[in-house]
Amino acid sequence: MSTGASGLNAVVVEIKDVVKRYGAMPVVRGVGFACREGEMIGLAGHNGAGKSTLFKMMLGIIAADEGDILLFGEPVRGRRFREVRRAIGYLPEHVALYDNLSGLETLRFFARLKSADPARCKGLLECVGLGEAMHRAVREYSKGMRQRLGFAQALIGEPRLLLLDEPTNGLDPEAIHGFYGMLQELRAAGTTIVLSSHLLAEIQSRVDRLVIMASGKLVAEGTVTALATASGLPARLMVTPREGARARVSRALLAAGFVPQEAGDGAVRAAVRAPLRMALLRVLASLSDELLEYTITEPTLEDVFLSHQRGTTWVERAA
Amino acid sequence: MSRSATSCWQWRLVAAIAAKEWRDRLRNRWVLAVAVVFGAFALLIAYFGGAPSGVVGLRSAAATVASLTSLAIYLVPLIALLLGFDAVVGERERGVLDLLLSQPITRAELLAGKYLGLAAALSMATLVGFGAALVPLAPSMDLAALVIYLRFVGSALMLGLAFLSLAVLVSTVARDRTRATGAAIALWFGFVLVFDLSLLGALVASAGSHASTWAPYALLLNPADVFRVINVFGAEALRSSFGLGTLMAQGWNAPATLYGVLLAWIAAPLGVALWRFR
Repeated sequence: MSTGASGLNAVVVEIKDVVKRYGAMPVVRGVGFACREGEMIGLAGHNGAGKSTLFKMMLGIIAADEGDILLFGEPVRGRRFREVRRAIGYLPEHVALYDNLSGLETLRFFARLKSADPARCKGLLECVGLGEAMHRAVREYSKGMRQRLGFAQALIGEPRLLLLDEPTNGLDPEAIHGFYGMLQELRAAGTTIVLSSHLLAEIQSRVDRLVIMASGKLVAEGTVTALATASGLPARLMVTPREGARARVSRALLAAGFVPQEAGDGAVRAAVRAPLRMALLRVLASLSDELLEYTITEPTLEDVFLSHQRGTTWVERAA
Repeated sequence: MSRSATSCWQWRLVAAIAAKEWRDRLRNRWVLAVAVVFGAFALLIAYFGGAPSGVVGLRSAAATVASLTSLAIYLVPLIALLLGFDAVVGERERGVLDLLLSQPITRAELLAGKYLGLAAALSMATLVGFGAALVPLAPSMDLAALVIYLRFVGSALMLGLAFLSLAVLVSTVARDRTRATGAAIALWFGFVLVFDLSLLGALVASAGSHASTWAPYALLLNPADVFRVINVFGAEALRSSFGLGTLMAQGWNAPATLYGVLLAWIAAPLGVALWRFR
C-alpha cells in the first residue's frame, strides 16, 4: 500500500460534486466522497437512488454533466483512461455475459480486452468455485454461477479498485460468506473496494464506511457506528416482566424517563436514547426481581439507512 | 501508473472483438447456413434461370449473372441487415455493453471490432456460397465469363458490406431492438423496393423531361442500384433489358466510379455510426 506524506493511504477514488441529468431530470445531484487505498466502502440507497449511475460515471461509461471523478488521480475519461480502466474490476448489477461461451472462454475474452494473462483465468474460476464448470456454456449456469463468473471477470488483471454493484445477487449464504472472505483478503492486500448492496445487514459488519444516497443525493457518510450516533437513533429495550409485575415495570420505566409500550405476550418495549442509558441500567438493576428477561438492541445499518430514507426512526416505524 | 499509457488506436483490442464476432457466427452455423443459401440459389439460377424462355441448363455467364444480380439485390441486403441490426443495441439490451465499455477499449475500437467481425462472417458466407456455385459452372466458362462472375461476387460482397454498415448505424442509433428491427426492415424496403418504384414514378410523372440529367445520379443514391449497374451494364447485350439501367449516362458507369460509390456506401454509414457511438 502506498501512503502519502500524512501517513494515510493514497486516495484512490475522488468524486467531487458530481451531477448527472437524464434530460431535465437529475439522477445524481452533487455527490462527493473519497476512498483511500485498501478501504471498503458500502454504497447504500433505494432503487433509483443513483448508485448504478454513479458506478457508470466512475467507469467512464457515461459522462458526468458537472463535477469531477478522479481514479488514481486521473480522470477516467481522460487520455490515460486505458491504464485507469486496467486497474479497475467491475461487476455490474445485472450480470449479463455471453450465453454461447463457456466460463473459461468468457474470462479469456475479457482477459484479452484487459491485456491480462489468459493463463490465469483457470485459477480465477477455481477461486470462485467454478473450476468444474469452466468448460460448460454460460447458458447452463445458474444465477449464482453467473454472479460468480461475473465476479471472476471483475478480478481479471488483479485490479487495484473493485466496483461491485449488488455483488451478492443470487448467491446462497455459503457463497456470500466465501465472497466476503475473498473481499477481505483483497482488501488486506491493498485493493480498494466500493460495493453497493440492498442487503444492509450483510454489509454492516464488513464495510469500513458507508455512503448513503437518496434521490441522487448523498445524505450520509461515515462508519456505521458514527452514522448511528449522528442519526440519534435510540437503542431498543424489550423486557419480559414476571407474572403480575408488568404494571410495576411500566411505572418504573416511566418514572425513569422512558415511554413504555406494550409489545405483546406481556412484554414491554421502550426506546433508549443515549442520555438515558445509565438511567436504564439503574432501572434494570432495581427491577431485577420483577423481570424474566430483557434485551437491548442497538440500531442496525438498516435502521440508519431507513431513517435517512424516510426521516423516521425505527422505533417510530415499529410503533 | 507508468507513463506508457496512451489512448491511441489499439488493433489488438479491435481484433479481439472481431474474432469473437467471427467465431460466434461460425459456431452458430450462421456462415454455413448463409453460404448454403447463396450457393443453392446460385446453382438453381444457373441451371433453371432460362426456364421462362423454355431453356433449361447452363447459360452464358452474362445471362446467369444477370439473373443472380436480381436475386442478390433482394437477398444480400436482407442478410446483411439481419446480421448487423442488433450488433450494438442487442448488446445494450442484454446488458453486456456496459461491461464491454468498462474495459480498456474505446467505443470506436469496440464498434470497429464488431463491424470487422461481422463483415468477415458475411464475406466468408458470400465468397463460399457464390464461390461454390462456380465449381460446376467453371468448365463451361471462358476467361471473360469468369471475370463477369468474379465481378458479380466481388460487387455482391461490397453490397453486403454497404448494408452491413447501414445495419450497424441503425444499431447504434436505435433505442431498442424492436425499433432497430423496424428500421432495418424499412431500410430494406426503401432501398430494394420503394426507391426504384419511386424513381420510375418520378420519371413517368415528369414525362421523361430532364430525366437523363438527374436519374443516373439518383441511381447512385442506392447501393442496390449501383450493384445492379455494375453487373448489368457489364453485359452490353443485356443493357436494353433493364429500364432504369438505360438511363445511365456515359461515364457514370465507369467501374472506378461505381466501385468508388459502393466503397462510399460502406464507409459513410460506418463513419456516422462511429461518430454517433462516441
